[in-house]
Amino acid sequence: MNKLKKALGLFWMLLGPASVIFLFMQAYEKTGLAEAGADKTNTALQWGIILFIFIPISAGLVIFGYYALKGEYDQLPSEDSNL
Amino acid sequence: MSTEPKQNSIFKVIGASSLGTLIEWYDFYIFGSLAAVIGSQLFPADAGASALINTLAIFAAGFIVRPFGALVFGRLGDLIGRKHTFLLTLMLMGGSTFLIGLIPSYSSIGYAAPILVLILRLVQGLALGGEYGGAATYVAEHAPVNKRGFFTSWIQTTATGGLFLSLGVIVLTKNLLGADDFASWGWRIPFLLSILLVGVSIYIRLKMHESPMFTKLKAEGNVSKNPLKDSFSKKGNFKMVLLALFGATMGQGVIWYTGQFYAQSFLENTCKVDFNDSRYILLWGIAFATPFFVIFGSWSDRIGRKWIMLTGMLLGVIFYRPIYQVFLDDTNVAAVTQQDISEVSSPVIVRSALTNSADSLVTTTSRVTLLSGMSFTKVASYTKFADPAKAIVEAPEIYKDKVLSPAVFWKFVALIFFQILLVTMVYGPIAAFLVELFPTKIRYTSMSLPYHVGNGVFGGLVPFIATLIASFAGADPLSGLWYPIGIAAVGFVIGAIYLSNKKPDHGEDHEDLHREEGQIKYQEQN
Repeated sequence: MNKLKKALGLFWMLLGPASVIFLFMQAYEKTGLAEAGADKTNTALQWGIILFIFIPISAGLVIFGYYALKGEYDQLPSEDSNL
Repeated sequence: MSTEPKQNSIFKVIGASSLGTLIEWYDFYIFGSLAAVIGSQLFPADAGASALINTLAIFAAGFIVRPFGALVFGRLGDLIGRKHTFLLTLMLMGGSTFLIGLIPSYSSIGYAAPILVLILRLVQGLALGGEYGGAATYVAEHAPVNKRGFFTSWIQTTATGGLFLSLGVIVLTKNLLGADDFASWGWRIPFLLSILLVGVSIYIRLKMHESPMFTKLKAEGNVSKNPLKDSFSKKGNFKMVLLALFGATMGQGVIWYTGQFYAQSFLENTCKVDFNDSRYILLWGIAFATPFFVIFGSWSDRIGRKWIMLTGMLLGVIFYRPIYQVFLDDTNVAAVTQQDISEVSSPVIVRSALTNSADSLVTTTSRVTLLSGMSFTKVASYTKFADPAKAIVEAPEIYKDKVLSPAVFWKFVALIFFQILLVTMVYGPIAAFLVELFPTKIRYTSMSLPYHVGNGVFGGLVPFIATLIASFAGADPLSGLWYPIGIAAVGFVIGAIYLSNKKPDHGEDHEDLHREEGQIKYQEQN
């Protein structure tokens, strides 16, 4: 199980930036499709908020993956009381 | 060491905490339920800046501010204690809700009205971000270790209870005053009423005592000096914050919002089920399923939290598409034949001129009743051009306001019940799960952030992202479900592989403070 935890760590590290790139592409496309004026401003604002929120979360996923890769989750506090 | 909690039974603790949390949910939901009325009273009629502020109010409070509230009040709760912090969040929530009810209309004070709404809405979001963690921590720290799931599950029922209460007060006020008076000034009553509810809750909470675990920690001088730093800069704890988010609250958030919000939106907007029918279906589903919050919370005390929560996520991944396909199939009336129809009302034909044109739009509306008992409104329209050389252009027929047959109605209630049952599986044990993942001295801070990111961001964005996906080229009405299914699937995989079903051991739990000090009457009552 610990090997699987580590191997998947790499996947989570890649999933973080991939999701941010996907969100940027969607933001660009949907803002471009919105009608000029209030609609465009609102769409840009909504996507700005979504990116603002999801970029740190994606960074968190990368860190999670890094910890997994380094074996930090091989033993949880219930087993080693390292908190 | 203080033995103040002697006078409190665990049920008083649960009651006081749950009532306050329920009122906070009530306050948060009435804004959403009355958004249209607020928009007409406090925002200018034109779009532009008002729409911008409205968007900010809804998006910012729901998605940005809640996690910040978790950080601000979580830190405070770990520094000065749980009781005073969640008293503060309650006052902020109640005060801001009351003040929204007092804001003069846009016609009186102009743009100050929507700006004040935005500010007060942000305060609401901050307060909600701080409330839940405090209430869950407070109850868990009073509960016997082997009953934490059962006792904290009562807190978990309050989000649903708040939704019920807000809908009930709004419907009652509207029925008593009439639609016109309600739209004119009556909408303020549910906001103003909040101050009474909050007043009662503050009175009750003031009589409560600080949690025994925090009191002990304080007496020993072990309170964290910098909970934010201890929570997020120390790898040993930060890795658990990330695990809580990606392995539990992220999947829990999307299951919660899909079952309780997206389902109703799908029935109403995609399936075109009648306004009342879609709400009654949800209300019945919630009413039947709510006791399971407590059942699964209690069960998690015996078999562990992990697999109950993950089973809820997995069942959502497997069954969401089949369930929503049934919703679509059973409300699809486009293919009904003459043999299926029992009655068609006399058509109402309306001819309206098109703007800046001599052409006109002709709309024919009729009410169709089927032998099964289902009825719907059929709208057929075509454009008649002034130039007789141009052929008539028919628009696709629209079917709406579908009132379901009793058999389909109860079938849908069962399907909504099943979805909310999944909600109770993922949500019932999660407070106890989060509380047990972190040590007492930084518990409020550490558990609040993943909870509000999981629910406020991942869950709160279900309607927005699902609608967005459904708008992609080649998408079908079920495509939006890929968002909750994908997030729940990732959450399930991470949870299954990385979470432990054992309760993390922070040392303090072994002491079972409450029994040792005789502070809780739970044992006496049982």
